[in-house]
Amino acid sequence: MRPVLEVSGLSTHFFTRAGVVKAVEDVSFALNAGEILGLVGESGSGKSMTGYSIMGLIDPPGKVVAGSIRLKGEELIGYDEARWQKIRGNRIAMIFQDPMMTLNPVLRIDTQMLEAVLAHHDVPREEALRRSREAMVKVGIPSPDERLLAYPHQFSGGMRQRVAIAIALLNKPDVIIADEPTTALDVTIQGQILFEMQKLCRESGTALIWITHDLSVIAGLADKVAVMYAGRIVETGTVDEVLDCSRHPYTRGLMCSVPACNPRGQPLKQIPGMTPSLLSLGAECAFRERCARATAQCDTMPAIGQDAHAVRCHHPLGAPT
Amino acid sequence: MGISKRFAKSPDLAARIALKLGAGTPPVVVHALDRVNLRVMQGEVVGLVGESGCGKSTLGRVAVGLHAPSSGDRRWKGNVIAPDDLPTRLAIQMIFQDPYASLNPRLRIADIIGEAPVAHKLIAPADQEAYVADLMQQVGLDATLMRRFPHQFSGGQRARIGIARALAVKPEFLVCDEAVAALDVSIQAQVLNLFIALREKLGLTYLFISHDLGVVQHISDRVVIMYLGRVVESAPTEEVFRAPLHPYTQALLAEVPRLDQRRKDFVAIKGEIPSPIHPPSGCHFHPRCPHATERCRAEAPPLIEAGPGRVVACHLHSAAQNAS
Ligand SMILES: Nc1ncnc2c1ncn2[C@@H]1O[C@H](COP(=O)(O)OP(=O)(O)OP(=O)(O)O)[C@@H](O)[C@H]1O
Ligand SMILES: Nc1ncnc2c1ncn2[C@@H]1O[C@H](COP(=O)(O)OP(=O)(O)OP(=O)(O)O)[C@@H](O)[C@H]1O
Ligand code: SF4
Ligand code: SF4
Ligand SMILES: [Mg+2]
Ligand SMILES: [Mg+2]
Repeated sequence: MRPVLEVSGLSTHFFTRAGVVKAVEDVSFALNAGEILGLVGESGSGKSMTGYSIMGLIDPPGKVVAGSIRLKGEELIGYDEARWQKIRGNRIAMIFQDPMMTLNPVLRIDTQMLEAVLAHHDVPREEALRRSREAMVKVGIPSPDERLLAYPHQFSGGMRQRVAIAIALLNKPDVIIADEPTTALDVTIQGQILFEMQKLCRESGTALIWITHDLSVIAGLADKVAVMYAGRIVETGTVDEVLDCSRHPYTRGLMCSVPACNPRGQPLKQIPGMTPSLLSLGAECAFRERCARATAQCDTMPAIGQDAHAVRCHHPLGAPT
Repeated sequence: MGISKRFAKSPDLAARIALKLGAGTPPVVVHALDRVNLRVMQGEVVGLVGESGCGKSTLGRVAVGLHAPSSGDRRWKGNVIAPDDLPTRLAIQMIFQDPYASLNPRLRIADIIGEAPVAHKLIAPADQEAYVADLMQQVGLDATLMRRFPHQFSGGQRARIGIARALAVKPEFLVCDEAVAALDVSIQAQVLNLFIALREKLGLTYLFISHDLGVVQHISDRVVIMYLGRVVESAPTEEVFRAPLHPYTQALLAEVPRLDQRRKDFVAIKGEIPSPIHPPSGCHFHPRCPHATERCRAEAPPLIEAGPGRVVACHLHSAAQNAS
C-alpha cells in the first residue's frame, strides 16, 4: 500500500538577522490511510513548523530548504500558491495550536464555515450550511444555529478550538494535522472529539498527525509516535515501542516528568539543563549538554537508525552492551 | 495549616455577559457565571476545573478585576476592592489562556516582561535587562532571545513569556488560566516546580485553572469543579480524586486518559450537551446525567455540605442527607 503522506528529509529554516534558525531539520515519516501519528517533543522543537511546512504555510524569512512532501505520490514542494490553495483546507487540513489562526475575528462563524466548504465544493448554500451545522454538533457545540451566528470573541477558548476542529472536518481531507487540538477541553469533550477523529480515520481513511504534549492521549489514540528534539526526530516507532521501551534519553526523561509518575506535591522530575538555542547548534548531538549517557562519541550528531523502531543516539537505552 | 485570613473572595457573583448577535435577533444572554462563591485562603492552591465554556476564564477574569460581575462583589483580605487600588491590582495577576492574543505583537520580549516592573518602580531601569534575563531563565527560556518579537516564538515559548510577565510584578495572588497546557511535560515540570517553590518561599496563592487533572491533582490543595456556570463540587484534592461525589466529577475522572491505555475505542458523550444560552431547567447536568430523575429536571440542587471542607450540588446527595 502506498502511503497517503510521505515526508522525507524535510528541512525548514528561518533566516533571521541574528542567524539561521534551523527549526526543522531532516524530518522523515510516512503515513498510511487511516493511520494516526502522534508527534511529541520539546516545546520549540519544530512540531508546528513541520505542520506548517506540510501545509505550504512557511512565510519569509522562513523557507523549506530541503526535502520532499508527497501526498498520494504527488510532490508538493515547489507548488505555487494557487496550487497550494487547492490542497489546503481540502486535501490537507490543519487545526492550528492557536484557533485564532483559523478564525477570522471580524467574520461570523457561519460565513467562515460556508466559505471553507464553497471554496472547494460546488454545492448549494443550503448543503454547505447543513454540513457546517453537522460539524458543529460533532465537536460538541450545543445550540449550533445560534452559535453559527456568533463571532469568535463570543466563544470560550475551548469552544473556539472546537470550531477550528469543525472547520478542519468539513471537507473530509486525506490528511489532518492537529496541533494541540484538545488542550483547552475538559476530558469528557476531549473524549467526544477523539471519538469523532477516530471515526473519521477508520471510515474515510483520513491520515492524522496529532501534535501534543499529552502523552496519555497519544497512548490511547496513536498507532505510531515520533519524538522531536531541537528540530530533529530523535525516536520513532509504534506507540508501544516508544512509550514502553523508550530508547532515546530525551524520550525517557519525558516519560519520567509526567505528573502521574511522580508523588503528589513533591517536586516533579525534570530534565536538567535547557533547550539549546537553535541558532547555535554545532556538530554534536543536540541533547549532549543534558544527557547523562554522553561520551566523546557524542561530539558528532548521530544519524537516525533504519529500524522500524528508530533512534538517533550513539548510546540508546536498552541496547545490548 | 490554620491560616484563616480571607483572600480574594467574591460572594454571590453573577457575571452575565450580554451578547448581541447582529441586528434583528434579540440579544442573547450567556449566563457565564451563576451565583458563584469562591474563597481562596492565603498560600492556598485552588484548582478550578470544569467543562469547556462553563465560565472558568470568566471567573478568573472577575477575580483579577478584568470583568465587572453583573452582580456580587470581590474582596481582598476582607475588604471590597476599590477600582483605583493600584497595589491590589498589581498583587493579583493573571496568566492568560491564550498567550498570543495577550502579548503585544509590536513589543520585544524584554519590554513585554520588563516594562511593568520598571513603570511601577519595583526595579530600577538599569536593572531591567538582568531582571528579565533571570525571569526568562526561571521559566526555561533562552535569555539571548529577549530582543525577539512574540511571533518568532513557538506556542509553548509564548506561554512561558506570559508566565514570566505575570511573575515580573511580584504578585501575591496568581490566576493561572491553562498556564502549562502548551508545555511539554519536562518544561511543565520545571514551571510547576517554580510555582511550588514560589509558594513556599513567598506564600504565593494560586487559582489554578486547568483541564489537566493530573496537574491539578499534583499541585492543588483544594479542587473546585464547575459545570455550566455553577460550582457543582468543591473538596480537598485527595477527597475528590478518591471519592468524587458529583456525577459530572465522576464522568471527568472516568475519562482521564491514561498512559497504559492503548488503541482505545473512544465513545461519544451520551445525552445532549447543554448550552449556556439555553441552560437546562433544574440541575444543569441532567441532560447528560445517568442518574437524572424528574426532580433533577425541575429543581436546581443547592450546594450542601458533604463532609469536612466539602460541598456538592446534587439531589442524590441531598436525598441521602434528608433520609438520615
Ligand atoms: N518567525 C520565526 N523566526 C525565528 N524563529 C522562529 C520563527 N518561528 C518559529 N521560530 C522558532 O522555530 C522553532 C520551532 O517552532 P515550532 O513552533 O515549530 O515549535 P513547537 O515544537 O511547535 O513548540 P511548541 O510545543 O512550544 O508549540 C522555535 O524554537 C521557534 O523559536
Ligand atoms: N465576550 C463574550 N461575549 C459573549 N459571551 C461570552 C464572552 N466571553 C465569554 N462568553 C461566554 O461565556 C461562557 C463562559 O466562557 P469562559 O471563557 O469563561 O469559559 P471557560 O470555562 O474558560 O472555557 P474554556 O475551558 O473553553 O476556556 C461561554 O459560553 C462563552 O461563550
Ligand atoms: S547521542 Fe550521546 S548525547 Fe546524544 S542522546 Fe545519545 S548518548 Fe546522549
Ligand atoms: S442533581 Fe440529578 S441530574 Fe444533577 S447531577 Fe445530581 S443526579 Fe444528576
Ligand atoms: Mg507548536
Ligand atoms: Mg477558558
